[in-house]
Amino acid sequence: MNQRQQSPADASAESSAASEGNRVNAVSRVEYFGADAPLALDSGASLSPFQIAFDTYGTLNADKSNVVLICHALTGDQYAASLHPLTGKAGGWWAEMVGPGLPIDTDRFFVICQNVLGSCMGTTGPKDIDPATGKPYGLSFPVITIGDMVRAQAMLIDRLGIKDLFCVIGGSMGGMQTLQWATAFPERVFAAIPIATAARHSAQNIAFHEVGRQAIMADPEWHGGAYLAQGANPSKGLAVARMAAHITYLSEAALHRKFGRNLQNREKVTYGFDADFQIESYLRYQGMSFVDRFDANSYLYITRAMDYFDLAADYGGVLANAFKDTKTRFCVVSFTTDWLFPTSENRQIVHALNAAAANVSFVEIETDKGHDAFLLNEPEMFSTLRGFIDAAATRRGLKA
Amino acid sequence: MSTLNELDNTGANRVDLTLIAGMINHNARVLDVGCGDGDLLELLTRTKNVDGRGIELSQEGVNASVTRGLSVIQGDADADLRDYPDDAFDYVILSQTIQATRNPREVLTQMKRIGRRIVVSLPNFGNWRIRLQLLFFGRMPITASLDKKWYDTPNIHLCTVRDFVDLCDELGFHIDDAVSVIGTRAKRVGRPGMIDNLTAETAVLLLSHKK
Repeated sequence: MNQRQQSPADASAESSAASEGNRVNAVSRVEYFGADAPLALDSGASLSPFQIAFDTYGTLNADKSNVVLICHALTGDQYAASLHPLTGKAGGWWAEMVGPGLPIDTDRFFVICQNVLGSCMGTTGPKDIDPATGKPYGLSFPVITIGDMVRAQAMLIDRLGIKDLFCVIGGSMGGMQTLQWATAFPERVFAAIPIATAARHSAQNIAFHEVGRQAIMADPEWHGGAYLAQGANPSKGLAVARMAAHITYLSEAALHRKFGRNLQNREKVTYGFDADFQIESYLRYQGMSFVDRFDANSYLYITRAMDYFDLAADYGGVLANAFKDTKTRFCVVSFTTDWLFPTSENRQIVHALNAAAANVSFVEIETDKGHDAFLLNEPEMFSTLRGFIDAAATRRGLKA
Repeated sequence: MSTLNELDNTGANRVDLTLIAGMINHNARVLDVGCGDGDLLELLTRTKNVDGRGIELSQEGVNASVTRGLSVIQGDADADLRDYPDDAFDYVILSQTIQATRNPREVLTQMKRIGRRIVVSLPNFGNWRIRLQLLFFGRMPITASLDKKWYDTPNIHLCTVRDFVDLCDELGFHIDDAVSVIGTRAKRVGRPGMIDNLTAETAVLLLSHKK
């Protein structure tokens, strides 16, 4: 058994959220990886020490064969089905997917959701103290990749004594991690569900990310990334980044349905730059509420990780080679109105899986909700995923 | 020649599905092209323990199949077969679909490339009822298996069993087995001939690569 160091956070890390009115019995934990367990990064740098914050739901079975790993998206966190400590939002960001009797059934599976490397909800990221300087990392935090995130996750899975995962699932950047898991550790992933994602980040998506980053860096409160040491916060820049990004998560149809050209609490336009339109007011709210729960530098680092994602590049430019001889069962899901990760991008993953003669299902869900549909109430997504997960569980020999 | 008696009820609601299932070995790797709601794949998984995959054009069909736990993708027989590597499957099945493809010849060529054996079921346009309807009424025939008006049908490449056998010869297929279906009765015919071309409503053929 490995001797592991305990971080101060770890000592009191284990807490149950069951008493806080959640449907799911959640356990919040932090694992600390000390000098004996450095994380080798794709950039060539090494990160040590670091810690991973994660939530678990359900019970690990005797042979540890019922593990579902949920990978969260860019600004997501480990609270997939549990109370968010900052926003106070109960039920988690995937409340309709994860829980007793839901497609990811916490009565049947042991569910793990880890805060990704570089994020700001307890896993090590740029807002944490650099032990070399005693100050927050800021821009001295190493640039990370999706591969690095997944390698760190695998270290946690090892630490928990879990050999392989019944299912890895995630949407958007979580889908990228899912693909990375299935290709970097094919023998450890029985089933993979990449949702609304791509095997590489498109030029258009890199462009949107760059707009967001420039908005943050243009905020004088950013201080070259050292805002924490200055007691400042580039919240205006981060809010603008969030507003721009939020538009890409929706669809024209959904915006029209929800807001149209409706005015915000007024009878006519004011001939000024106040938020006349409901959509303006909505976006401003989205931006302002985001800065309360997210770190600006984390936003820079994680968007960069997505930009760098190009799965085929690691396999001679041929995506099918990434899946060669895979035994993993895949279910790819896309949404008709998602223009951030459109069906065509998801279909490229399916083409590559077919070329590798892999076991793959592919459903496109009809919705007007755009990219965000994966987080919302989409009954057809739930029913198809329930079918896929149940069939995979039967193949795996998991009891119902 | 043997007459297969009334087909036993295996839960399939189409006679040709039961016949196809009878041609597939246990534990085979199977691709069902145009799998609909997944009826055949489920039958094969349940009775033959196959490693089954499907392609289906309609999104409703795909989603229904995946909900049943089947491995099915949304795709098109004309466009998507070329993704698969050579000899990827023991059987590639095209059940009541070939008449709806844009390029049946290319579809069969691709099926031959990716499958060691292929199974095709098709409506026989040479059936006597169809011939008589056209002869006496001078209108596009409507039958139980071809039940849509000419302007409404997805079937753009109808053929007779003899036409199909000619194409099999041309593409280098050996006919391992053939069954002529009339109503709920099926007759094993070896290689379909003139009479079968007149009597069969549906034909099911098992093909392999000609040596």
